[in-house]
Parts: sequence; structure tokens; C-alpha cells
Amino acid sequence: MQQTTLIKAGPSKARFRFNPASQSSQQLLGHTAAHLALACVGILYFLPFFWLISTSLKELGQIFRFPPVWIPNPIRWQNYPEALSYFPFVRQLLNTLFVCLTSVVLSLSSSVLVAYSFSRLRWVGRDILFVLMLSTMMLPYQVTMIPLFVIYRHLGWVNTFLPLILPNLFGNAFFIFMLRQFYLGLPKELDEAAIIDGCSPLGVLWYVVLPLSKPALATIGLFQFLGSWNDFLGPLIYLNDPQKYTLSLGIQVFISTNGVQWAWMMAATTVLTVPVVILFFFTQRTFIQGIALTGLKA
Amino acid sequence: MRIRMNPGDWRNLRQGLLFASPWIIGFLGFTLYPIVSSFIYSLNVFTIMGQSMRWVGLANYKDLIEDPLLWKSLYNTLFMVVLGTPFHIFIAILIALLLNLKLRGMAFYRTIYYLPTIVPVIATSVLWLWIFNPEYGLINSFLGIIGIRGPGWLTDPTLVKPAFILMGVWTIGGTIVIFLAGMQDVPVSQLEAAILDGADWLQRVVYVTLPLLSPVILFNLIMGVIGGFQIFTQAFVMTNGGPLDATLFYALYLYQNAFVFFKMPYASAMAWLLFLVVLLATMIIFRTSARFVYYEGEEKR
Repeated sequence: MQQTTLIKAGPSKARFRFNPASQSSQQLLGHTAAHLALACVGILYFLPFFWLISTSLKELGQIFRFPPVWIPNPIRWQNYPEALSYFPFVRQLLNTLFVCLTSVVLSLSSSVLVAYSFSRLRWVGRDILFVLMLSTMMLPYQVTMIPLFVIYRHLGWVNTFLPLILPNLFGNAFFIFMLRQFYLGLPKELDEAAIIDGCSPLGVLWYVVLPLSKPALATIGLFQFLGSWNDFLGPLIYLNDPQKYTLSLGIQVFISTNGVQWAWMMAATTVLTVPVVILFFFTQRTFIQGIALTGLKA
Repeated sequence: MRIRMNPGDWRNLRQGLLFASPWIIGFLGFTLYPIVSSFIYSLNVFTIMGQSMRWVGLANYKDLIEDPLLWKSLYNTLFMVVLGTPFHIFIAILIALLLNLKLRGMAFYRTIYYLPTIVPVIATSVLWLWIFNPEYGLINSFLGIIGIRGPGWLTDPTLVKPAFILMGVWTIGGTIVIFLAGMQDVPVSQLEAAILDGADWLQRVVYVTLPLLSPVILFNLIMGVIGGFQIFTQAFVMTNGGPLDATLFYALYLYQNAFVFFKMPYASAMAWLLFLVVLLATMIIFRTSARFVYYEGEEKR
């Protein structure tokens, strides 16, 4: 594929060709070098994944070997059933799914409402409150961590899932921000048409805005799911009973003061990681767009 | 400041507040109230078991200042923030520049670079625990192949923080993507003008791309700094603050004080100190940003 675009940025509409031959060969050299660099770094990035899976399939004797064993031989598939039966895996998986899914539902519902208010409704003090909300994103979680724990303790919610799920009922600054930016991009005429037809604000939200915001909702849903799936500190603080642990906390069982059971640990870690990787592959575009959106509009 | 509001405005206000109420309630209950409580706790002494609070004024803060571990943890954290974050941003920009060349397979590379960020942090920690293993880990194995005796990355106090920074490079995918998106916003016309003026690739990057990228750099810098102050899981899982407290980060020490030593008020004081430090850091960055951030003539949000 002949491609001599000199402009690096943007979906450049104009294919810009420079005629002097020296430019072309310089281009080629530059591009080859770039490819090489990207590939090398890419391999480095991928290596840990490969290592993770490789180690998870090793026999004990092959883990501590120098030079390192890349492809385990024999492949010890039993590591997986063994690792997963070592701790209440299924129970914790269900716990994790429960927390994730409820968090997603709550997050979406509340963030949509609040973002709608910040973007489509006009009221006194709206923008001040919005900036206040933004500034809370900068608050280190440690500042509220302890009083929240004390509050939850008073309410008797420690060792339940409530502290992990309930805060999502009140919206999440990050998601509200994203949604609001998205909503600002929707044409006002649609709202106005609906209002002229006698629609209440809630109706406008439900019939007009929501159907159009599917991609944004998908992005937020994904991020919330991921956040809940990967959350470690929350479960660490609030869950005491291994039967209630989520997976990210549960796989800690392989790290003890006696040392680490590597093969099993890697197997469990793979099991923890693979679902999100698969999820990611199917929803890549949404992810990347969502990330980009936050960085640009800040 | 008196605001004149007509009935229509009042109605709009009610409506707006109604829809925003989830967040407002959450803010009052889960943010404002805890912040204030946190401050009050820090002025008292109590145990989590017996609810007897005893007012001690600023005694906790005094203890804080005299606690060498506190300063150590602050130093450790600042090390990561001041050295690690800019380093990560630098690498992220480099990779984003390469990706921005729109070579074949760009989407594939982007995926590979972003993938590590969605891996659960605990998984990353365990994985890198193994990679850093002095004898059989990935890094020292490679070094061994070329004949170098690899050091104890996680057992040597002077190496462990750089090791953490290195580990952090694995998860800069999100930053890379944001930079990439920012670079694609650089107007083609500017670059064309630069080419016509005879600028080569490096000059174009330094004089056109980077300045126009500066708001994004600022954003990532701030997010990176805020995140850097909160680094916890890796230290908790991999080194538990060691060796010799070299990875005793502020968040870890805070956690220990609160949930291991049960010195909640002390930890609350630590939290407030952190709040102030982060505020200070953010303000400093904002102030100095005026010098290197260039907004393309549009109003700042």
C-alpha cells in the first residue's frame, strides 16, 4: 500500500504527496523504524500476559528454572481446577457479578438523571454546582474513607455488599461529566420539539435523549463494570467473610507468609483477568472512544 | 448577592435540583459530611470499638509532624509523583507520537498497549511480583542471558521505587490513548504550514504538536499526580511497605494506621494532610501551567 502522507495528524482529507524521491525513501526509513519501535514495545507489553498464562500451566519444577521455560512441557491443565477449588471460587464469582451488575444499573440510572439536569435543564446555580462536582473528582479517596467506614459501621453495613453498591445510587462524578459532555452535543431542537408536543422533562429524557445516548451509556456501563470487577480496596475494607469476598480480594489467598503458590496464583489471576480481556476485545471501540472523550473535553 | 428570579426561574430551579438530587444527596452525605467528620475525628482520640471521643485539639497533628514514618511515607509518595508521573507522561507521548504516524496495524498496537490497564491491579501486582523475582523472574532471566547478574528489584531499598515506576509504564495505556486523541485534533493546516516552512518531523513535533497538545498534557499531568498520591495496592500486595519502608506510601501508611493499628483519628489527620498536599500540588501545577499551556484562542471551560 503506497502511502506518502506527510501529515501525521487528523483524518486528513487531502492525501498530500511530495514528489522529490529523497522524501519518499526518508519516509520509508522513518516508518520502518517506527514500526520496529512499536513492535518491540508491543512485545514487551504483551510478554507479561504470555508469562502469566505460561506459568499458570507449569508444573512446580518448571517454574523456578533458569533459563526460563517459555512453553510448559507438560502442560498442566490441572492447575486450574486445583486453584479454583482452593478457595470458594464460584461463590466469589457470583458475589463479584452481583456487585458489578447492580453497580452498573445504579450508576447508569443516577448518572443519566443528574447529567440531564446539568446539560439540558437550565437553572440558577447549575454551573457552579457542576464545577463543584468536578472538583470532587480531585479529592483523594483517603479523606472520606475513614468517616465513610464509621458511617457504614453505624448502619451495620460492614461485611455486606451495600458499601460497594450503594454509592452508585448517587451518581458518579466522572460518569456524570462524560454524559453531560455527550448530551451537550445533542441538538436542542429535539428537546424543543418534544416539549411543544406536550412532553414533560422526564418524558423528554426518556423518549428523546435516552435512545440517542446508547453509545455513551455503553461506555459508562463498561467502565463501571470494570471498576467494580477490579476494585480491591473496597472489598478489602468492607468484607470480612471469605464467603462474601469478591474475586479480586479472594485470589489473595495464595499469598501467605509461607510464600506464594505461584502456579495456582497465576491460574487464579488468569481466570480473574480473562473475562475482562474478552469483554474488552468485544467492546474496544467504545472503550477507546470513552477514554478519549474524557481527556479532550477536560 | 441578590438574584432576581421570576416564577419561571423558580420552577426551573426545582426541576433542575430534582433531577440532580441523586448527586446532591450523595455529595452531602458521602462527601461533605465525611470530609467534615474526618476533620472532627482528627481533632479527637477514640477507638473504633468504644465510641468515646476525647477532644485533644491538634495533638494528632503534632504527633503526625513528629512521626518519622509519616515523613518517610510522604517522601516515598512524592518520589513517585515527582519522578514517576512525568516519566510516564513522557513515555506515553513518545508512544502516542509513534502511533500517530497512522501506520498499518495502529489499532492492533493501540489495543496491546491499552490492555494492561484493564487488568485488575491485584493481578498486575502479582504478575510483576513474579517478573521482578531476583532469580527466576522475567527481567533477571533476560539479563542473565546477556551475562548480567540481575539485582533484587523488590528487595533493594534503592531499586524498589524505580521498579514500581517501571511497572507503572506497563499501565499507561489510558494516557497514551488520550494523547493520541489529542494529537489527532492538531489542525492539519498548522502542520502543513510548518512543512512549507521547511520543518522536519522533530521540529514539527516540538513546535506545533506539543504546544497544541499542552492542555491534554496538563490534564494528564494533574490526573497522574492525583493518582500518584493514592498509590496503594501494588505496595500492599507486593512489598507491604518494605524493604526498610522504601515502599511505605502515604496511602498504605494511612491504611495501616486506620485498619491495622486502629488509630482512626491519627489516620484522619493523615487524610487531611494529604488533602492539603494534593490541593497545594494542584494549585502549583495550575499556576505554572499558564506558562506552558496554550489554549487555541477559545475560552477556557
